[in-house]
Amino acid sequence: MPVRHPGRWVGAAVIAVLVAMFVHMLVTNPVFQWQFMVDNMFSDPVLTGARTTVIMTILAMVLGVLLGVVIAVLRLSPNPVLSGVSWAYVWFFRAIPRLVLLFFVASLGALYATYDIGFPFDTQLMDLFGFSADLRFLSLDGNQIFKGFLAGLIGLTLSEAAYMAEIVRAGIQSVDPGQTEAAAALGMGRGQIMRRIVLPQAMRVIIPPTGNETIAMLKDTSLLIAVPVTSELNFQLRAIGSRTFQVIPLAVASILWYVALSSVLMAGQYFLERRFSRGVGNRETRAQRAARRADQVGTA
Amino acid sequence: MSDDRLMVQAEQVRKSFGRTEVLKGIDLAVRPGEVMCVIGPSGSGKSTFLRCINHLEKIDSGRLSVDGHLVGYREKGGVLHELRDREVAAQRRDIGMVFQRFNLFPHMTALENVVEAPMRVRRTAKAAARQRGVELLERVGLGDRAHNYPAQLSGGQQQRVAIARALAMEPRLMLFDEPTSALDPELVGEVLDVMRGLATDGMTMVVVTHEMGFAREVGDTLVFMDDGVVVEAGDPKQVLTDPQHERTRAFLSKVL
Repeated sequence: MPVRHPGRWVGAAVIAVLVAMFVHMLVTNPVFQWQFMVDNMFSDPVLTGARTTVIMTILAMVLGVLLGVVIAVLRLSPNPVLSGVSWAYVWFFRAIPRLVLLFFVASLGALYATYDIGFPFDTQLMDLFGFSADLRFLSLDGNQIFKGFLAGLIGLTLSEAAYMAEIVRAGIQSVDPGQTEAAAALGMGRGQIMRRIVLPQAMRVIIPPTGNETIAMLKDTSLLIAVPVTSELNFQLRAIGSRTFQVIPLAVASILWYVALSSVLMAGQYFLERRFSRGVGNRETRAQRAARRADQVGTA
Repeated sequence: MSDDRLMVQAEQVRKSFGRTEVLKGIDLAVRPGEVMCVIGPSGSGKSTFLRCINHLEKIDSGRLSVDGHLVGYREKGGVLHELRDREVAAQRRDIGMVFQRFNLFPHMTALENVVEAPMRVRRTAKAAARQRGVELLERVGLGDRAHNYPAQLSGGQQQRVAIARALAMEPRLMLFDEPTSALDPELVGEVLDVMRGLATDGMTMVVVTHEMGFAREVGDTLVFMDDGVVVEAGDPKQVLTDPQHERTRAFLSKVL
């Protein structure tokens, strides 16, 4: 006779009752307005909102990863100014909440009316040589750049880069120094060693947390209400909710949208992790599996 | 002055890690085609010296040259100028190195490990590099393991791939840093066999090792290092059977 586990049975029964009550509530409470929810969930403004959210997630992550790699490489530089600046960046942007950062970026138009790109300290230098002129090539209107989609993208990218820098640095440092030595002994250059030997191995450590960051980023696009970015998914659903006084159905619609989008990302993360675990453990590779199958066919 | 007929020439090479001096004035010379084995207790500086030869460690003073060229420096007007990273990398191409822990690239198959440097550094065409890579893997007895990842190979097989990888760059000098110390005893022989074959083919080799049998049989010179100095160097059979120095005698009595 196998060992009995009465405690487990009681626990399972309690949970089953709770689930049944929950489903019963979903079906019987009229406030949910399921048909109304479905009708609005796929309306044009909401679909546009979902597209904005996905595009913002992708852009903020791509730019955040690129900037993060640069900051991580600076952090590992032997030059104290470069590594110090990198440290300060990560410290600062990890210390402030994204919502607060987004509010601030959105109000940068009030700091300077125009943002000029040109020679540093140009007016001071020209004064020194007795001229009164400037050396500026490009002038941007602060109120135009720091609003809407672009402001949101800048804020999320700056924040994400700080987190990615730490993830990339941990990944690079997780690779055995013997790998760099072996590659150097073969006459490979610094850049080649980083690209061909270190980063591919660091990827195994970098990918899982980056996947989590991407999922977090998808959800954090809802913070764009601070800018605001009016075309974003949650903003659109809330707008419909307030306009029709049907807050609950649209809030549920919002939950379902984020669950669906996150699930897609989670699936992608699974396949990426598999790809970059090549050569770890004794897992059979595709080529080897093909060879083994061919052998079996031959002997059968 | 450097002697052009020598493959490796070290004159008063010194190296410190922080306050600890690990090489205290090493003088050694390796002729082309010579197999030099270096033995000594751990911490004697033998691995550090080997790593100085391909500039994985920078020497603090003295002169060290390979094939008539100073390692890591250029002499101009009597002053030594440090070489740029790119120039150091170019020097290393002609020096193969095999590590105690193999250091194969785990994300590449055996063949990919072997062809990586020829393709990326020497710009050898893919087909030619692969053909040569397969030949080298066959030479070390692993022709049937070309598409295995390092994790799917035994330690002895991994070290033989590492030797093939070093040979793929057509080096004029091979450095071995305790190549069998991380291996299970029954796997040591297959690696030593490959090294013996290399020696027979005339490769110039510097081998840091604890394998006295190999040193006696294959080595042309045996060097005993202790505490950062060369205590004794000479014909292996003579050093092993009739050591002239007390420290050599004490060390050999413990390992033989």
